[in-house]
Amino acid sequence: MAEYSALSLLRNAFSGNKDWKPAWRKPDPKPSYDVIIIGGGGHGLSTAYYLAAEHGITNVAVIERGWLGQGNIGRNTTMIRSNYLLPDNIRFYEHSVKLWENLSHELNYNVMFSQRGVLNLAHTPSQMDDFARRGNAMRLNGADAELLSADEVARKVPGLDMSASARFPIIGGLLQPRAGTARHDAVAWGFARGADRRGVDIIENCEVTGFLRDGDRIIGVKTTRGEIRARKTAVAVAGMTGHVMKLAGIDKLPIESHVLQAFVSESLKPFVDPAVTFGSGHLYMTQSDKGGLVFGGDIDGYNTYAQRGNLPIVEDVMSEMIAMFPGLARVRLLRSWGGIMDMSMDGSPIITTGPLPGMYLNCGWCYGGFKATPASGWAFAYTIARDQPHAINAAYTLDRFNRGILIDEKGQGATPRLH
Amino acid sequence: MSPRRAASGGRIDRARTIRFTFDGRAYTGHAGDTLASALMANGATLFGRSFKYHRPRGVLTAGIDEPNALVTILSGDVREPNIPATTVEIYDGLSAASQNRFPSLGFDIGAVNQLGGKLLSAGFYYKTFMGPVVGPLKGTRFWMFCEHFIRRAAGLGSAGYAADDARYEKMNAFCDILVVGAGPAGLSAAKAAATAGHRLILADLDATLGGSAKWSGETIDGKDAAGWAEAAATELAALPNVRVLPRTTVWGYYDNNTLAALERVADHRLTPGKGEPRHRHWTIRADTVVLASGAFERTLVFPGNDRPGVMLASAAERYANEYGVLPGNNVAIFTNNDSAYCAAAALRQAGASIAAIIDVRPDISTAARDLAAQTGAELLLGHAVIKAEGGKQLTGIKVQRFDNSTGVLSGEPRSIEADCLAISGGWSPVVHLASQAGGKPEWDADRQAFMPPPATQNWIGAGAFTGAANTETAIAEGRKAGEKAAGAKASRARPVKVFAPALDPHPAPYREIRADGKAFVDLQHDVTAEDVRLAHREGFVSVEHLKRYTTLGMATDQGKTSNVPGLAIMADARGLSIPEAGTTRFRPPFAAVSLGALAGERYGDLRPDRLTPMHDWHVEQGARMLPAGLWFRPQIYGDPGETVEQAYVREAKAVRESVGMVDVSTLGKIAVQGPDAAQFLDRVYTNMFSTLAVGKARYGLMLREDGIAYDDGTTWRLGEQEFLMTTTTANAGKVMQQLEYYLDIVWPELKVHLTSVSDEWAGAAIAGPKARDVLAACVAGTKVDNEALPFMGIVHGQIDGVKVMICRLSFSGEMAFEVYCGAGFGTHVWEALMQAGKPFGIVPYGMEALGTLRIEKGHVTGAEIDGRTTARDLYLDWMLSKKKPFAGSAVMDRDGLLSPSRLKLVGVVSLDDQALAGGAHIVTGGSLEQPGEDIGHITAVCYSPALGKYIGLALVKGGKERIGRRAWSCDPVRKRFGPIQIVSHHFYDPEGSRMHG
Amino acid sequence: MLITCPYCGPRDLSEFTYQGDANRARPDPASTEQQAWYDYVYQRVNTVGDHKEYWQHSGGCRSHLVVVRSTLTHVISSVGFAREHDERKSATRHKSGGKA
Repeated sequence: MAEYSALSLLRNAFSGNKDWKPAWRKPDPKPSYDVIIIGGGGHGLSTAYYLAAEHGITNVAVIERGWLGQGNIGRNTTMIRSNYLLPDNIRFYEHSVKLWENLSHELNYNVMFSQRGVLNLAHTPSQMDDFARRGNAMRLNGADAELLSADEVARKVPGLDMSASARFPIIGGLLQPRAGTARHDAVAWGFARGADRRGVDIIENCEVTGFLRDGDRIIGVKTTRGEIRARKTAVAVAGMTGHVMKLAGIDKLPIESHVLQAFVSESLKPFVDPAVTFGSGHLYMTQSDKGGLVFGGDIDGYNTYAQRGNLPIVEDVMSEMIAMFPGLARVRLLRSWGGIMDMSMDGSPIITTGPLPGMYLNCGWCYGGFKATPASGWAFAYTIARDQPHAINAAYTLDRFNRGILIDEKGQGATPRLH
Repeated sequence: MSPRRAASGGRIDRARTIRFTFDGRAYTGHAGDTLASALMANGATLFGRSFKYHRPRGVLTAGIDEPNALVTILSGDVREPNIPATTVEIYDGLSAASQNRFPSLGFDIGAVNQLGGKLLSAGFYYKTFMGPVVGPLKGTRFWMFCEHFIRRAAGLGSAGYAADDARYEKMNAFCDILVVGAGPAGLSAAKAAATAGHRLILADLDATLGGSAKWSGETIDGKDAAGWAEAAATELAALPNVRVLPRTTVWGYYDNNTLAALERVADHRLTPGKGEPRHRHWTIRADTVVLASGAFERTLVFPGNDRPGVMLASAAERYANEYGVLPGNNVAIFTNNDSAYCAAAALRQAGASIAAIIDVRPDISTAARDLAAQTGAELLLGHAVIKAEGGKQLTGIKVQRFDNSTGVLSGEPRSIEADCLAISGGWSPVVHLASQAGGKPEWDADRQAFMPPPATQNWIGAGAFTGAANTETAIAEGRKAGEKAAGAKASRARPVKVFAPALDPHPAPYREIRADGKAFVDLQHDVTAEDVRLAHREGFVSVEHLKRYTTLGMATDQGKTSNVPGLAIMADARGLSIPEAGTTRFRPPFAAVSLGALAGERYGDLRPDRLTPMHDWHVEQGARMLPAGLWFRPQIYGDPGETVEQAYVREAKAVRESVGMVDVSTLGKIAVQGPDAAQFLDRVYTNMFSTLAVGKARYGLMLREDGIAYDDGTTWRLGEQEFLMTTTTANAGKVMQQLEYYLDIVWPELKVHLTSVSDEWAGAAIAGPKARDVLAACVAGTKVDNEALPFMGIVHGQIDGVKVMICRLSFSGEMAFEVYCGAGFGTHVWEALMQAGKPFGIVPYGMEALGTLRIEKGHVTGAEIDGRTTARDLYLDWMLSKKKPFAGSAVMDRDGLLSPSRLKLVGVVSLDDQALAGGAHIVTGGSLEQPGEDIGHITAVCYSPALGKYIGLALVKGGKERIGRRAWSCDPVRKRFGPIQIVSHHFYDPEGSRMHG
Repeated sequence: MLITCPYCGPRDLSEFTYQGDANRARPDPASTEQQAWYDYVYQRVNTVGDHKEYWQHSGGCRSHLVVVRSTLTHVISSVGFAREHDERKSATRHKSGGKA
């Protein structure tokens, strides 16, 4: 019988919930592993899981500086979608959506993936054309997309300001019905438990302080809990990539670290069903199962590693929120927080071998990392196991900037704050 | 319901009766009441239902830390959910409703969840609802089916869809000193700081200043505390350098001493006063902040501690002393510290009988003992409450002997009757703002509390915030803080004396009372002590995991009363001390803030409108205006009964056959001046500008630093050292900024000055075979013939007495001119041109016709220069000078950017006479259901009156190599599929004979 | 966040536009050295701690400034005009920051 099920819940309820096992063990690090993954966030944990589940590599350690999932896996607005414009991105994120669709079963852990849809609002005819291009690209690359009229939008999302006198009238939208949301923390815990049950050591409160090298080659890490050797060392520390890679002597990367603020309102009875994004500005909003409206906008727009933002963005985001839903003026903001994003130079991620022998790098997620969690780990595990990328991450190289093979979803070029 | 209003006492105005409704029933209260105190006075005990188990809940607190008594304030169709009844000032006409109950507060079906108590333990969601692996409910479907019901059960109040008609306002303030909190410490700090004449803001979340002085019953400086506070408040309000902000919660501490505050200007009235907003959002930049934000009392964790009638001791004291309401007639006290003894005394004095005082400590201070004796209550030291009994109202408690050092219960339990249990688990300083400012709170074992961190920004703490043991210390600290903030010397004035019992400030170590039954840690989210232990068992031991796994502290009260209790239980389970178990970091906002206030006046008016000088004329002529960025531009000038297509075809045809005019004032315009202006332009444009003759214009292309095409436009040489650059409408600001970047950072040695003149010039483009005739008919002071005004030539003249600058350039492919004049004369010149064009049948044309004309010519705009295409992709290679480097030149020919698979510019023609659509993709064959290879997409479309066909521009793999081939327009989202031919993007007059003619 | 513009005085973050890493050196315009251009266009030091960066006072005097600001605390330790940003020249430096 599966460890977690309605039946096991019932059985444990009768025994006073005394028999539940830890979701993952708390082992001490061994002197060496086949693979070390630096970073116990969503991507690191899913990489460990897929290394074990797909490639039979179980002599693996995930090393986390603090508590597991303390980075962006627990700080995002939980949206999952593959509504991208460029084929490389659509194929990758669509692969991710497909993994999401079976993830709770795969992990025997309810990550609460709810395919409530993501609706992008359009405000001008040319934006409708842009959305059509994107929707068509999605359809032609195996994802789902529907272009909605203003009436269809109004029916789907009550409470929107649909008036023609709005500053940016809503004239339609692009809907991806299979997109949705998931319970972010559960994703980290589910992958951690899945990896742990397959033999992976998850080592919390263990900070990497340096790399062990044999010439150019990386052969392990120095940590606050001692040296750990490994045949392969993988880095998945989005937000702290610059810092960790400096320890390996890589002083510069095509990445800037920025803070993105996120917000949640007080809990409300169901108010909005799909995730909705505002098209004249930058705002995305979902409602969680607990009832809070979870939303965010632009990054603050300056380099930072402090998980705190400033007021201008707060006010900006709220004004777009109220422009979209004028009934929410009396709803109250409960909490805000910040996460540090690896903003890459074309807005797309990097999943690659190298840049040093024995090393593997997964970074540059901008603020699209959560939805990528399964596919990122899946592709990174493949790349680590086979020493070459899978077709779905072949485009996400580190040298694409030098070679001019950019994946610039927003067409903004090498100005990370605009992606 | 029996009335609970004491016969006398309290600071309410008994002469003023206020009428309000709750759940549709009419009630009365008095001025000065909160909704909670007024309902309690009416005998109400049941205020809300909890989040998960829908357990009946009463009132726990008397302030913003309230987890239970949440209500929705109704104002017509507009709803304001989740407001603590303890913070609502009642007013005539107030209408409030309870939440999270169905069908009623008294009988709530959701309470059935209590039966599944152990099943609904922490984290149970994660362990079930996965559903079958195969069949119709596989994948996410079973979960989504269950989720539908879970979502309906979850949530608290309902938000409304009706637009809020209230007004919100923002205010920026600068001050020398901001004092947060106007209790004894804050008032004393403000008084000390204000005397030095500094600009001072004093903010307090209550309607009246005074904090605990309003209800402590102490004697300060020989006056009763409330009177002392009132006098201090009056004194401060009279000072010209002091701004007092009551009803104002300082909720955010951002970088560089920038603080955010919410002033609830009109929440205590049915409708705001004239000119008054409902809320005002303050951004306060203070040199120094005095944090005198006080402390929150904590709950104790024991079975049944959520029963209506269980209340924080300080709240009970406040209801009695400030509101003249008794939370019970027969009150028991349960505490681990001395402060609750004051509450006991106050309740006794207000007329309640005190059934018993239960204290976990084996011994207490003399002062506490004396207070206990005054109440006549039985004093049970070394005891604990092991159960609170009752349903919608407390009926009694069970107590047992308790060793707080081990947690062991012993002896026989005994029952005590009580209708209210006032509890105190000690105090937590309100360190939220200090933590937001960037510090980590520090545990103090003596005080059993997280104390403020060392200041990381410029703030000074005072009062209960710093753990001041009593009011006298708080006032002394406040004065010191005020003096320090003001940079003043310590005053020699005698310290303020407070007459109050000499209580022991240190509570017993915080400990849960473990006995049978549900003991709640987080009341709103129904997190029990057992849930915390389950989290521990399953390895969710770090504070953050605890919070996230159990949702402890994530409710609307943000764990204000429950943080330390939760940590204490986890620390105990782990065998660690509380600080070893962890601390949490506080994030903004300190207390919930209305979204409307944060949106402020941008509410309903998100961004400014940018209007061209001729805007009103367009509107008067029936133009349909479309937003373009912040601008509004005419889409078409529709004749009645015309479709958009008919209108633009008519307009475009007029341009090709005779003459038309379009407003181009929105183009970015930058004056580039200085001795090095020409050289500068050579560096930023791909083509040469230093060779341009004065009085001539040239089309220019700019790349980004990464070699991708960026912007295009014409630049006019007005003098040897003076150019007028035009940019696209969309990029006007960005290009200006990039040019400034080059001059400031890259080439500071260049002597060039830039001025944005976009708004200074109005522009009209007049195009068509008769365009020159129109100009000839109205332009004075210059000839406009081919000799005086050749292609790309510039002349200066007047139209109807207004100076104009005319450049002969063409976007439409016709003989065309751009006429610029001072923005203030825009409409005047425009009308003069229309007048002069009348004999030639001139028509104004909009963006659709402009687009049609440019598509026919194959000119690119933002749809093709989309931030991903290169100059070569757009076949603009001829503009890439080989004689000089320019921005982007070194990297524009990286291998990947020369790849044959890149999308390049072509034209497409519909072969089935059906309209094409922008955003349609282009495939090599197949059908809508089974499309062939995706080779690109259509960027812009129109019906071409010149060609009599539906045409478009497109970006396709291979570009020109595909010319002549057939392909299909594939548009799944609009369900269209049709044959097209790929052609050159130069559809019309490729030789340019018409514009040169 | 406040930035003390040497020309305008202390102003709020919302008046400024971030223009990124000021540690980058733009190669000579005529240079075709690809690595140098790659470093300039794409590579960033992304410092943890004091970071030298450009801000434009776009809502004020429009000067570009060189600011040294901690990426951990946001405390600004120096501000100068970018035009004078040259190690040989001594840029006008203004102290500003969180803690007085």
